[in-house]
Amino acid sequence: MSLSRRHFLGTAAAGAASLAASRVSFAQGAPIKIGILHSLSGTMAISETTLKDVMLMLIEDQNRKGGVLGRRLEAVVADPASNWPLFAEKARELISRDQVSAVFGCWTSVSRKSVLPVFKELNNILFYPVQYEGEESERNVFYTGAAPNQQAIPAVDYLMSKDGGEAKRWVLAGTDYVYPRTTNKILEAYLLSKGVAPADIMINYTPFGHSDWQTIVADIKRFGSAGKKTAVVSTINGDANVPFYKELGNQGIKATDIPVVAFSVGEEELAGIDTKPLVGHLAAWNYFQSVKNPANEAFIKRWQEFTRNPRRVTNDPMEAHYIGFNMWVKAVEKAGTFDPDKVIDALPGITAPNLTGGVSEMLPNHHITKPVLIGEVRDDGQFDVVWQTSGLVPGDAWSKHLEGSKDLIGDWVTRKCGNFNTVTNRCGS
Amino acid sequence: MTVSPLRWLCACGLWLILAVAQPLQAQPATIPADAATRLAEDGFSATEAAIGLIAASGAPHAVAALEAMADRRLLFWKDPARAIWRDAAGASFDLLTGEAVASPPAGASLVRVNNRLRGAIQAALGTLTLLSPDPQRRLRAAEAVLRSRDQAALADVETALARETVARVRVALLEARAALILTGTTADRPTREGAIATLVDVADTTALTVLRQVLPTADATLKPVIEAGIASIERTMAIRDVAQTVWFGLSLGSVLLLAAIGLAITFGVMGVINMAHGEMVMIGAYVTFVVQEVIRTHAPHLFDWSLPIAIPLAFVCAGAVGIAIERGIIRFLYGRPLETLLATFGVSLVLQQAIRTWFGPTNREVGAPSYMSGFFEVWGLQITYGRLWILVFTLVVFACLLLVLRATPLGLQMRAVTQNRRMASAMGIRTRFVDAMTFGLGSGIAGIAGVALSQIDNVSPNLGQSYIIDSFMVVVFGGVGNLWGTLVAAFTLGIANKVLEPFAGAVLGKILILILLILFIQKRPRGLFALKGRAVEQ
Repeated sequence: MSLSRRHFLGTAAAGAASLAASRVSFAQGAPIKIGILHSLSGTMAISETTLKDVMLMLIEDQNRKGGVLGRRLEAVVADPASNWPLFAEKARELISRDQVSAVFGCWTSVSRKSVLPVFKELNNILFYPVQYEGEESERNVFYTGAAPNQQAIPAVDYLMSKDGGEAKRWVLAGTDYVYPRTTNKILEAYLLSKGVAPADIMINYTPFGHSDWQTIVADIKRFGSAGKKTAVVSTINGDANVPFYKELGNQGIKATDIPVVAFSVGEEELAGIDTKPLVGHLAAWNYFQSVKNPANEAFIKRWQEFTRNPRRVTNDPMEAHYIGFNMWVKAVEKAGTFDPDKVIDALPGITAPNLTGGVSEMLPNHHITKPVLIGEVRDDGQFDVVWQTSGLVPGDAWSKHLEGSKDLIGDWVTRKCGNFNTVTNRCGS
Repeated sequence: MTVSPLRWLCACGLWLILAVAQPLQAQPATIPADAATRLAEDGFSATEAAIGLIAASGAPHAVAALEAMADRRLLFWKDPARAIWRDAAGASFDLLTGEAVASPPAGASLVRVNNRLRGAIQAALGTLTLLSPDPQRRLRAAEAVLRSRDQAALADVETALARETVARVRVALLEARAALILTGTTADRPTREGAIATLVDVADTTALTVLRQVLPTADATLKPVIEAGIASIERTMAIRDVAQTVWFGLSLGSVLLLAAIGLAITFGVMGVINMAHGEMVMIGAYVTFVVQEVIRTHAPHLFDWSLPIAIPLAFVCAGAVGIAIERGIIRFLYGRPLETLLATFGVSLVLQQAIRTWFGPTNREVGAPSYMSGFFEVWGLQITYGRLWILVFTLVVFACLLLVLRATPLGLQMRAVTQNRRMASAMGIRTRFVDAMTFGLGSGIAGIAGVALSQIDNVSPNLGQSYIIDSFMVVVFGGVGNLWGTLVAAFTLGIANKVLEPFAGAVLGKILILILLILFIQKRPRGLFALKGRAVEQ
């Protein structure tokens, strides 16, 4: 078969035309701006840089699909440099100067608290993707990470179960700041309500970036020698985890003797450690990279392609941004506008698929429904899911296990209130 | 002597039975097919049942199969139920017969294990490998039996004890036997008392655990003996705790010293407030990472040499960066401490961000060579090899530095320049060159510290930040300009920290140390070992 030149040119032209047609033609108007407020320098850059990248990827993909309401999306990246007051300043810049329609950002609770007044004042939307201590429900914030009842409580339940080893003695070890302190307060109240004696609970706090764990690990070992099955619940944050796990390995604490369940250690954190001595230690999350389903596999493939690194791992807060971003897109489509005020009201009730095979829903308290998964560390730095909740768990803004918060609910749909007291029937505790 | 016919008949029959039974026993036992069926159910409880079947089968390949299961090398098929395991080399074997399988069909899934199952496998392996010819294995088996307290293993423990020659394994076996006797129901009182005595002799945390566990259910006459045993072990452990605290303190002190020793030169000897000191440590750690990466890809057999190779490279890299900083920035700022502080702080941020841009913000994995991992026990104290080597290394670096300062021309010139710059200059010493070299030496040593610290901390751009405050603390406490002061200060602070930590907690402990330090500096502003003489007053 011979191809005539004209034929060839014709085909090429048609191909070019179809290519041009498949390239999305956007409606009139400037692109819609999305703010990304994650630290790219300083202490938190280790965790937050990844989230900036995943947002860029999601926005790029959405534009390929035709943007939102026919408008192209444009990411505006701000670097608050792990500096809490700077978070507020950068948030103000994003909203006032860049006129963003929504912001995806923050990691630590203190950074969220610092930007909160800005979002309230300028009435914009913040999607917060990290597991946190709860006890908050704000009109302008959507919490796509886990509340304590979606991570800490189920993890403790698992360790108490037969499969988890029926733990009777508990070490609550955490870094000294608001998230571990509040989570441990909730857990302590929960354990006491389950009949654990106060003498069987040991609580230990360490400073940020603590690197000498010898004494504490030796203490844990001693605490575990009382003849009852002991488990460690770790809310140790960030960089302190690597030396902690190294010391556990050094002192020969095996997961079969004293399992450690962590709430801040994911695939990304394990990438810096030799995990062979850690096999069997646990983590509780709402997502693991090792979860097998087509949506997750596509996401991982796309992520590794986007970062041009076939070994890049995915983690839970990335999935939270994935869910949050898709919810925002749907809410904008439902509201028919990018106006944050209208989108806020459209968001509750919106559903979006998560990467573990379920469909998450935005609740009236601005938290979402998620499955809870318990994973065991494998020798390749990934997690084996050993247990998961049968359905999705709705996030509680206010813990049921704390005095002063158990009567509160957040409801931005009917009651228009973040801390409605169901006993006194008044808004504002 | 007459033999009754009946007896003869009996003996004859017995012999016959034995003769028949012999070949039967020699026939290799197989694992019951039910094990594969249970595995194919793919549930943790079913898998646990399968572990029981495999362990009880007495098949010679049971140990290999169980080990494969624990290492996630055991695969199963659903219809029909079948299971094979792979050995480390990748060859496949059938679970039931133990025979090699040439080409296993596709569609297998991995047998999942969790902590409970891993515990069950360890317990089963412990019972199965008590009589293994490999002493390491026997040791692990004894420890597993001690943990599982599987009563069925008692007979094997007795047999193993009778022929055990390795002292360490013997102690482990004795402890395991004592634990089995005490938690079991069959032993008589003297045996139990003997077991308690054994555990009191061993006096480790496991012995204590066993005694505490059996105390509530023990009969009234034995209770006082157990209580006395517990008290005795607790006394031994209290003494051991003191030794352990001292060791932890020495180890922490060695890390502090290692981080501070370079600063003792740049800040202590030269008087430069170098906020970028921590970043020199970080550069050393990243050099280690790069060296290991190169070794991993090009010469994996050299991995154990990665640290010795990294040490000179880290010294050169960090030293070169130090000299560049001194020549480029600091030399214009001598005598202006505030400006130096701000300028070097800026440099530290630049270096951090540069590393973040090149290597990414996430932690980098630096592996531990074989001699750095694991621990050994001395009198019940666990000494980790990594910490021990860091302590030794720190002392060697310290000695070398002392030697350089005391016994080399450069050291002589350094001391001359810092004591009286103008006089030294008049004597023909190139003071600027000496400044650059001194700063380079201090930075290079910080780089070496980074090699060691990469073994115990995160290798991330933030590595340096966590050491800078502690380093200044050590140098100021020890007395500016005095190396011996730095040594004493580092170990004092290390031990004080570790003494306070159990009582006050890590956070309060650190605060207390700082308060004590402030009070001390109020009393003795020049630190532990103050320099004396006219040079100081200038």
